[in-house]
Amino acid sequence: MNATVGRPIAHDSALGHATGAARFADDLPEPPGLLHGALVLSPVAHGRLDALDIPDLPGVVRVIAAADIIGPNDISGSGKAGEPLLTDGVLRHHGQPIALVLAETRDAALRAAQAIKPAITPLPALLDPEEALAREDYLMPPQIITRGDVPEAFAAAPRIAEGRFQAGGQEHFYLESQIALAVPGEDGEIAVTSSTQHPTEVQHIVARILGCDYNRVPVTCRRMGGGFGGKESNASWIAAAAALGARLTGRPVKLRPPRKADMAATGKRHPFLFRWKASFDAAGRILALEATLAADGGHSLDLTPGVVFRALTHALNCYDVPAVRLTALALRTNTVSHTAFRGFGGPQGVLLMEDVIRGVARATGLPPETVRERNFAGGGNGTHTPYGQALEGDLIRRVWAECRDDARWDDRRAEIAAFNASHPYLRRGLGSFVLAFGISFGVRHLNQAGALVHVYADGSIRLNHGGTEMGQGLNVKIAQVVAETFGVPLDRVRITATSTAEVPNTSPTAASTGSDLNGWAAHLAATTIRTRMAEVAAALWDVPADAVCFAEDRAFVDRPGDNRAMGFGELAHRCWIERVSLSATGFYRTPDIHWDPVAMTGEPFFYFSYGASVAEVVVDTLTGEHRVLRADLVQDCGRSLNPAIDRGQIEGAFVQGMGWLTCEELVWDAEGRQRTLGPSTYKIPGSRDVPPSFNVRLLSDAPARSDTIFRSKAVGEPPLMLATAVWNALRDATGVERLDLPATPDRILRALRGSSRSQSGGITGSGDDLRRN
Amino acid sequence: MDTIAPMAGSIRFILNGQAVTLPEGTSPTTTLLDWLRGPGRLPGTKEGCAEGDCGACTVVLEHGPTRMPVNACLMLLGQAAGQSIRTVEGLRDAAGEPHPVQRALAEHDGTQCGFCTPGIVMSAWAWTREGGDPHEALAGNLCRCTGYRPILEAMDEMMDDGVAAPDSLPTPREIATASQRFFLPHSVAELVALRAAHPQAWLLAGGTDLGLRVSEHREAPDAVIGLLNVAGLQDLDIGPEGITAGAALPYARLLDTCAADADFAPFAALLRRLGSRQIRSMGTLGGNLGTASPIGDSIPPLIALGATVTLASPRGERSMPVEDFITGYRSSALAADEVIIRITIPRPPPGTLLRCEKLSKRHDQDIATVGLSVLLNFRDGAVATARIAHGGCGPRAARASAAEAALIGAPFDAATADRAAMALEAEIAPLSDLRGSAEYRRIAAGNLLRRLALRGAGGVAEVMAVPTPHTTGLVA
Repeated sequence: MNATVGRPIAHDSALGHATGAARFADDLPEPPGLLHGALVLSPVAHGRLDALDIPDLPGVVRVIAAADIIGPNDISGSGKAGEPLLTDGVLRHHGQPIALVLAETRDAALRAAQAIKPAITPLPALLDPEEALAREDYLMPPQIITRGDVPEAFAAAPRIAEGRFQAGGQEHFYLESQIALAVPGEDGEIAVTSSTQHPTEVQHIVARILGCDYNRVPVTCRRMGGGFGGKESNASWIAAAAALGARLTGRPVKLRPPRKADMAATGKRHPFLFRWKASFDAAGRILALEATLAADGGHSLDLTPGVVFRALTHALNCYDVPAVRLTALALRTNTVSHTAFRGFGGPQGVLLMEDVIRGVARATGLPPETVRERNFAGGGNGTHTPYGQALEGDLIRRVWAECRDDARWDDRRAEIAAFNASHPYLRRGLGSFVLAFGISFGVRHLNQAGALVHVYADGSIRLNHGGTEMGQGLNVKIAQVVAETFGVPLDRVRITATSTAEVPNTSPTAASTGSDLNGWAAHLAATTIRTRMAEVAAALWDVPADAVCFAEDRAFVDRPGDNRAMGFGELAHRCWIERVSLSATGFYRTPDIHWDPVAMTGEPFFYFSYGASVAEVVVDTLTGEHRVLRADLVQDCGRSLNPAIDRGQIEGAFVQGMGWLTCEELVWDAEGRQRTLGPSTYKIPGSRDVPPSFNVRLLSDAPARSDTIFRSKAVGEPPLMLATAVWNALRDATGVERLDLPATPDRILRALRGSSRSQSGGITGSGDDLRRN
Repeated sequence: MDTIAPMAGSIRFILNGQAVTLPEGTSPTTTLLDWLRGPGRLPGTKEGCAEGDCGACTVVLEHGPTRMPVNACLMLLGQAAGQSIRTVEGLRDAAGEPHPVQRALAEHDGTQCGFCTPGIVMSAWAWTREGGDPHEALAGNLCRCTGYRPILEAMDEMMDDGVAAPDSLPTPREIATASQRFFLPHSVAELVALRAAHPQAWLLAGGTDLGLRVSEHREAPDAVIGLLNVAGLQDLDIGPEGITAGAALPYARLLDTCAADADFAPFAALLRRLGSRQIRSMGTLGGNLGTASPIGDSIPPLIALGATVTLASPRGERSMPVEDFITGYRSSALAADEVIIRITIPRPPPGTLLRCEKLSKRHDQDIATVGLSVLLNFRDGAVATARIAHGGCGPRAARASAAEAALIGAPFDAATADRAAMALEAEIAPLSDLRGSAEYRRIAAGNLLRRLALRGAGGVAEVMAVPTPHTTGLVA
């Protein structure tokens, strides 16, 4: 048993959060001379900016437009996608930034931003992804994965089913909206404090906009008030705008858009359209599948290629289909550019097989769970994904079997049937879901991490790594790794703000990889120092260095009969006296991953995370109101670094996924204006929406088979997808053939009525003049 | 208190037990949140949405034994004058040790990113005194990280600390700066005179709607007339005839009273879903009527109950039924020089069926997609009189006279309800908006009547009543 790793230790800032002492970016004392920024946003979905007349406005110091940008006006990660910070003259979505107002007070800035009325010629807007699909208006070339002879498989098909459905987007609704503070320093330096998952990209984008070297832009992030992917690329342009203001005025600038502006101007989870055709036999074995997954990318590329890649590589999830042709599209519409959101295309991708399984179950008369089981990868079925990576069929079956047992599936099926037979209008339903989620960034070079560890002469330890803390408990996990490595109590390890000045060239904290990558990097840094310390102790005790061990806050000789030992602090002091470096960096890159983008094959993931879920719902068939009564989850965390933190991730992700699938509805009006800009109109789950019976199991005795840090597994994203069981339960309860997402009471009631509109396949789902995503 | 209240003065309040006097010239329409985080140098209270929906800015008003959570983002300094306010920083003890409520939340893994946490701490601290359903206490606090389970478990361990509230301070009758006047009249006569003298002034009751013009739109009105201190406007009287409520009475007090009276319990069930505890600490019936929103949660039940509204002006008082007061989309019979002073709600006679239904995307703290309130009287097993009022189904909340007519004289069974539902579907003219489609509103409104006949007795929305006997846990 490890001393700190694997223990349920609370978040390092928990008491700071609860007392209000934990400081977020907007809580820091404001530097003298601070200017406040506010964005002028496009009131139209598509148009041409004719003029930007700036009236004389009280308190306003400067209004910045595209012409004021020093470097290239491009905030794309690649620098080649031509995504403007401030409009280049064409407005491509409602909420697109046109100008940045800088004023002496935030009130003055916000009032001025509202008062500025740019002259705009509206242009026809492409708002409906169905229309974009029909027009083949794509942001990037289609990505296609094939295996086997699909035409032949359909020609020989015993039976065929088809389906189509759509899933809406999702607003991140991090409680702390986007914020950056830029402070000009000497020699062209701009120090940036940003609420970001990706300090290095903030550095890059700021430097590009300012036309300066990266080394002039130190970026710091102590913590975020939530990220969920929304602060992966979107934090960068907020910071770049603030930095541009600071450079042009020579004064510090803070940019904190109000919630509505944040929601209007930043991307969301991609809405998707799905089409599929499957061939199968009477036993429910799926033999061939042809499917299209079309993501609405919004007006520009942003991170859409990665999202589409993940949707495509997860479209078969944990299932085996011998012959497949999977096409993923990125549609261009005049909406905000959709971006990373926890799961990154995976949650949309895994919906596909759920619909296929349901369609096959309906056609064969088999229970969906039987179809599910008969098509799991492994066992007698194929073991590899269509792109050629092996799945672990034993773990797929194990998580499902344990979850099914936890949920008392068969007993409850009977209970529910009895209830449904007796109630005039309430219907309960049971749904399940099983997941295989690939862990690693799809982009190979992002699978690297660095850490910087100092041991001071008193034995206190300062830990810095490239990951960022957004509430997920990354810092405490990495601190546990470092404490474990040094054999010291956790309180010796001081957690510090992420900084590009301390650990450079980092990757975003995303793709669930935060503790996998940074944990290894920190472990390697600590190991380097520990090795040097062991050598000092070994010389002192005249023993081989490998005989020196570290545990219980001391170094000691690990030999029978030899009791020599020294406190960790004492040894650190001796190292200093002996002129031995107590500072080290650690660097890690994920081994073994590869991808061939031409053949669309490879092993892009270091390993898979597995999970299973069962959810029970009750639906009021007269009003469409519904509620999740119970959820049972089994999640594979390998050998968990911290079960308390992991449980929090699992529960929180499940509820967030449930929100995406049920109550969180993005609505655009006929002019392409977002109408759900704030919590009064965009409803995320509240405490009452959480299943009153909510059972979570971390798969036991399942150390990771890949060489992960302490054999743990990633947990940030996978459990979000476990909420898919709620969708299945709603369909079980209602018996409706097609249920688009989010399954609001409105959609459910209209599906129950067999409304022509809800069956038509148009994303113009329910509204007469509204688009619901 | 009146005798020592200064005529005009600076803003004073009790903050975390200490009296605070704000400098001359402080705008009385600054939000409490902006003041706390700025000049107050207390950044523990967070801004999550600035529209009173997320609860990150929750602070607590201490009123004698009661603790009322409020959204600091919607409360103006003029409203804070005289109050005793506690923020997350004010929960530590004299030695600086965290409060047990704070410890419980931290120790139960009730925080992840921590941004919502100060607001949750304050709501939970108020709840330890006020009690009730923990979900109801948290309805005004959104957490995006935890999934709430650990927060609810932490709340299981929390207890009232028994600490008494500090005294509140007298309030001035007016707060003035060079550019703004914030009146806090003490009598209806004073109020009416001010209204006549300042027709452009904001008439501010709880500010849960009007406050958005400051928190979101950053408006700085020249003049505000606050209703909090007007004698009679906070009164609440319940008796055999029914309820008389002052126009500026917070929903929270109305809810407590209705919940304790079986005849009004169905109205209480709806009020419990109106906003959140934070909103109900401030929001008022008068305010809901004044905005005349077609989706005002409280208006359909007031119409169904046959409530009347009383208005005052220099010409005296007049009263009218609520259904006549609401004249159209966000318009009412209120004249420019009139103010709403009270609402009278008759007690439903014995044997009456009263139901106040609401459909929304989320059960708690969501504005109604459809509201439907029904008051039925029976004679000889048949419906004798019917009052049905809908919200969200047209430009204004209104009676459903065709549906009412379809019920009269028939037993209230499934067949009758179906006829009434069809009549209702035919007489309403809902629109599609972000909360729901016209089609949904039409079908669901009718089905609410059908459901009523199917279930007879029963209170809250039924999906919420399905029991879940299984326990929650981390499976070992």
